[in-house]
Formats: sequence, structure tokens, C-alpha cells
Amino acid sequence: MEDRIYEKYFRQHRLPHIWCPGCGNGIVMKAIVEAVEKQKLNRDNTVIVSGIGCSSRASGYMDFDTLHTAHGRAIPFATGIKLANPKLNVIVITGDGDCTAIGGNHFIHGARRNVDLTVVLFNNSIYGMTGGQASPMTPVHKKATTAPYGSVDRPFDACHLAEAAGAAYVARSTAFHVQHLTDMIAGGIARDGFSFIEAVVQCPTAYGRKNKMADPAQMMMWMRDNAVMKAAWDKLPTDKRDEKFPIGVFYQHEFTEYGKAYNEVIEMAQGGKK
Amino acid sequence: MKAEIFLKSERCKGCGICVAFCPKKVLAIDALGRCSIVNPDECIACGQCELRCPDYAIFVDKKKVAK
Repeated sequence: MEDRIYEKYFRQHRLPHIWCPGCGNGIVMKAIVEAVEKQKLNRDNTVIVSGIGCSSRASGYMDFDTLHTAHGRAIPFATGIKLANPKLNVIVITGDGDCTAIGGNHFIHGARRNVDLTVVLFNNSIYGMTGGQASPMTPVHKKATTAPYGSVDRPFDACHLAEAAGAAYVARSTAFHVQHLTDMIAGGIARDGFSFIEAVVQCPTAYGRKNKMADPAQMMMWMRDNAVMKAAWDKLPTDKRDEKFPIGVFYQHEFTEYGKAYNEVIEMAQGGKK
Repeated sequence: MKAEIFLKSERCKGCGICVAFCPKKVLAIDALGRCSIVNPDECIACGQCELRCPDYAIFVDKKKVAK
């Protein structure tokens, strides 16, 4: 067998991973390391930071300098790392509950500050690890253990949220579109500023079983059939959008990166009168 | 046979994603609930199984044609 490049980025003695059979997190984790390879990042200069939840277990399997932090607080930890040593490439792995509920404020303020981070949100639409409670990204009418008759709360669109909060790069892809997802993440790494990538993943165990999609392959086929590329989505009439959702790069903008703005302040403060 | 398929069965959890996405029905879930190769000759080395395997348990190499 030929050696696989992605295999060298995993801590081999930690595999197989803890995720359920069919969980999409493994696919996204591979996409992240392939994006790292694509961007030719030096492994010694790359840090993976994660919060708490199913998704955040990924940091334990990735052979970089990794940090598994407090619930919802991955972005503040990552901000500290980046400001302490701006040479590092910092990638944040978070989940839908971790990022938009527990860490909701950290997320919007991270985007507002525009620190050069790449945030990958694994959106499985549920709190998987704690037993399938509805998260802020559970779609309306979908069932969860805390919403046995279907969720009534309207979900966040994390991409809109990131864009409105001031992120420099906003994209979405799915676990089905592996190469596309890799490209989206690679684009986020390349961007100097707060990059946000939402990866839609299947959770057959907690979400699928409650919502008549217990087969992981069936969930991936749902992604295949319902994800629409951004260009096609813009032309799609509103009545045909239905359960469909857009994927691709939604937003890109150059803002002053936080570290650079901060260095200007340091220079000003140390420079004396001019 | 156009390809060589390798399985790391100790990693396989039998989720069936590879079986569902294989266009040539090369793979099946065996009695132990793990992926197995049932039709190796049909494989066209498309790599769909390796691409989407969440457990990194299957690898497909295209056979190099001898010149």
C-alpha cells in the first residue's frame, strides 16, 4: 500500500477514534489535515485548539501541538496563542453547541476582533456527547431528547452570524463534499484574518435516530441532494429552496488583522513624542 | 482488476458508508459487522470509499500498468 499523506498527521496510537460508527467528524478531521498539507504549513508552527464536545475530541487525534480547552472557550485560548506568538498558524475546532451556545459571545467577539484564526465548526445539529439535546443549530421541527415533539426554536445560521460579526472569510461545506470542504478550509488558512468554515456533518446516533435518518450513508446522501453551490443557490427561486442550503465561500473581505493593529498601538506607545 | 484495496479492519466500525457509495458493489458488511471485499474484480479505483471513510479503514491504490 502506498503511504497516505494524511496518515502522518494523526497520532496513530490513538486510532481508532472514539466517534460513533458513521460519524462525520472523522471525515472533517481528514479534510483539515489535507488542507494543512495543501497550504504547506509547518507542523511545528501549527496549533490546533478545540473546545468541548464530540467535535473537539479531534485535537487528541491530530499530531500537532494541540490544546483541548474549556467549553466554548477555544477561540479565547486561540486568540491568546496567536497574540503571544503571531508566527503560529492557529486552527480552532469547535462544534455547533460549543461555538454558538456556550461560546456564542466568544465567537462573535473573535470575529469582531479579526484575529488571524481559522475556525472550523463541525455542525451536527445536536449535542451528541451529552445525549442528544437540542442545540442552537437544531433545525425547526427536528427532534431531540429535549425537544421530543420537534424543536420550536429557530436555529442560528452560523455563517450569517460570522459575517455580520465581522469575520474576514466565511464558507460552508459538508462531510459529503470532501474535496470541496478541504478547499474551503485551505482558503480559510490562507486568509489573513478571522476565517470561519462551517462543516455540516452527520450524527447518526443522537440526531439521525431521532429524525428517521439512522443510516449515516443516508444522511450523507441528504447532504448530496440538498447542498447547493453558492452560485446556483443565488439563482434558485425562494419557493424551491425548501430544505436546501447553500455551500461555498459566502464572504471574503480584507480587514486589519488584530495582531497588526495591536503592534501599531505598541509602537505608538513606545515611540514617545513625534 | 484495476485496483488494490487494503483494509485496516481494526479501525472499521461497520458504518456502511463505503458500501453505500461504492458504484460497483465491491464491498459488503460481513457477519462480524465489518467491511469486507466481495467483488474485487469489479473495482474501478474511484476511491469514493477511501474519500468518505470516517475511520480511515479503507485504502484504494490504482494498479500501475506494466509497460
